[in-house]
Amino acid sequence: MSADLIALAYLVAAVFFILALKGLSSPLSARRGNLFGMVGMTIAVGTTLTITQNWTLILGCIAIGAIIGSIVAQRVQMTAMPELVAFMHSLVGLAAVFIAIAAVNNPVSFGLPEMLPAGSKLELFLGTFIGAMTWSGSVIAFLKLSGRMSGAPVIFTGQHMINLTLALVMIGFGLWFFFSETTNWPAFITMTAIAFILGFLIIIPIGGADMPVVISMLNSYSGWAAAGIGFSLGNPMLIIAGSLVGSSGAILSYIMCKAMNRPFLSVILGGFGSEGGSQGAADGTQKTYRSGSAEDAAFLMSNADSVIIVPGYGLAVARAQHAVNELAEVLHEKGVNVRFAIHPVAGRMPGHMNVLLAEAEIPYEQVLEMEEINSDFPNTDVVLVLGANDVVNPAANVPGSPIYGMPILEAHKARTVIVVKRSMAAGYAGLDNDLFYMDKTMMVFGDAKKVVEDMVKAVNA
Amino acid sequence: MIGEIDPTIIHLTVFVLAVFVGYHVVWNVTPALHTPLMSVTNAISSIILVGAMLAAGPAETDWGVWLGAAAVVLASINVFGGFLVTQRMLEMFRKKDKKGSA
Repeated sequence: MSADLIALAYLVAAVFFILALKGLSSPLSARRGNLFGMVGMTIAVGTTLTITQNWTLILGCIAIGAIIGSIVAQRVQMTAMPELVAFMHSLVGLAAVFIAIAAVNNPVSFGLPEMLPAGSKLELFLGTFIGAMTWSGSVIAFLKLSGRMSGAPVIFTGQHMINLTLALVMIGFGLWFFFSETTNWPAFITMTAIAFILGFLIIIPIGGADMPVVISMLNSYSGWAAAGIGFSLGNPMLIIAGSLVGSSGAILSYIMCKAMNRPFLSVILGGFGSEGGSQGAADGTQKTYRSGSAEDAAFLMSNADSVIIVPGYGLAVARAQHAVNELAEVLHEKGVNVRFAIHPVAGRMPGHMNVLLAEAEIPYEQVLEMEEINSDFPNTDVVLVLGANDVVNPAANVPGSPIYGMPILEAHKARTVIVVKRSMAAGYAGLDNDLFYMDKTMMVFGDAKKVVEDMVKAVNA
Repeated sequence: MIGEIDPTIIHLTVFVLAVFVGYHVVWNVTPALHTPLMSVTNAISSIILVGAMLAAGPAETDWGVWLGAAAVVLASINVFGGFLVTQRMLEMFRKKDKKGSA
């Protein structure tokens, strides 16, 4: 194929990638969008094959990756999606580093001049350090999310100074590589090693509650790494695909930060959620709450006209999604209007709760976002809060509260509130929740799955 | 007559425009599909597979080729894993028509 034809094929692939993301604007067109993505990737890979030798090696390696990838995709639990995504980010990062090293070793195979020009060196430097940081940061995120490492932030004095110093040293070695006339391996390798260490150090101080931001941020990095490699290879398709991913991750980080009302910088600097103390008894008085049984709650809900269910991650931990679907169905048969209200940070990654509910076959038309449903709470008879806490805490409206300003689901405006919880313990933010002590609130203690199953029985009785 | 434009400038142009396209396309993604968005972007970012293939491509085999081959494996895991898991999730977002059949 001529160089022009190849460039045109790459352009077609890039357009397919844009269409893939565009398809996700609605669940109806999303599957077609994903198909577009696969078509784009096939075109890109097929075109590249025509300009490479070693077909056996390359196709063999693709086959190995295909087998591993397919097995992982089939087997992964939906609750483990954040881990899977972190794992996949790490692969992109590591692959980017490998490619950059190979390009420094043999520029000619990438169509670059034998002696790397300054511009290419700069681009390889960028691609390598972003890739290296993506890899090590994602590995930490994966370990934290899968529970192999404590989710608690790791903090020590002078942390930010050390990170800053390392970053400057890394840039120093980058400049040395940049200004060396021949290929300066020591500088390049040292710079890459420091980038790996920086990736670790930047993620360890970030606590479990902020993981949705971290995942989105690493998503963004993996895109920029791909774009960086695209610059090094002078390949516009890689630049386009990488930028799409990079901006997608950046937007998701922004949405997550906004949903938690936390400035991006403070998430990145870390340390949130370290002071695990409960502020419940701060005023010294013992507040009273009303508790009831699953049967009482079922009675309230079956006599209501409208019920909104607010699921939190506690629901997924208790594996109660299918029980909840059953509850929604039996209530629906009784003529109750049942809907679900999702807070943006309800799961452990953006949109996580929607996937968990969809997996339980809850129709997506009944699942509404915070902005869509918040104005309906005052006209709702019963709100059922399942394993959620901070996202329904009215303290977010009280100036001076640590979560002041965080957008919440306004469950407290409903006529009756039922909260299913294991105990009165505080949520991620370590705050007491006034919603639990309101006169119209009934607490139902117990394991979410067990309680919901009891509710289903009681409604059917 | 002005001189020839440095390719880096052209790439920068492509980059800036692509960021704008990404910005507008992604804001239109419905929040309910943010997890599939993340897994599909993950698959798309493994477009660096193209770079990995070039690294593994030269006929004379040295250690750089093997490094490239390793990158091909890593990126392929992502391509297949990313697209397939996205498809698996999106299958769950089908409209349910068996309403009230219980």
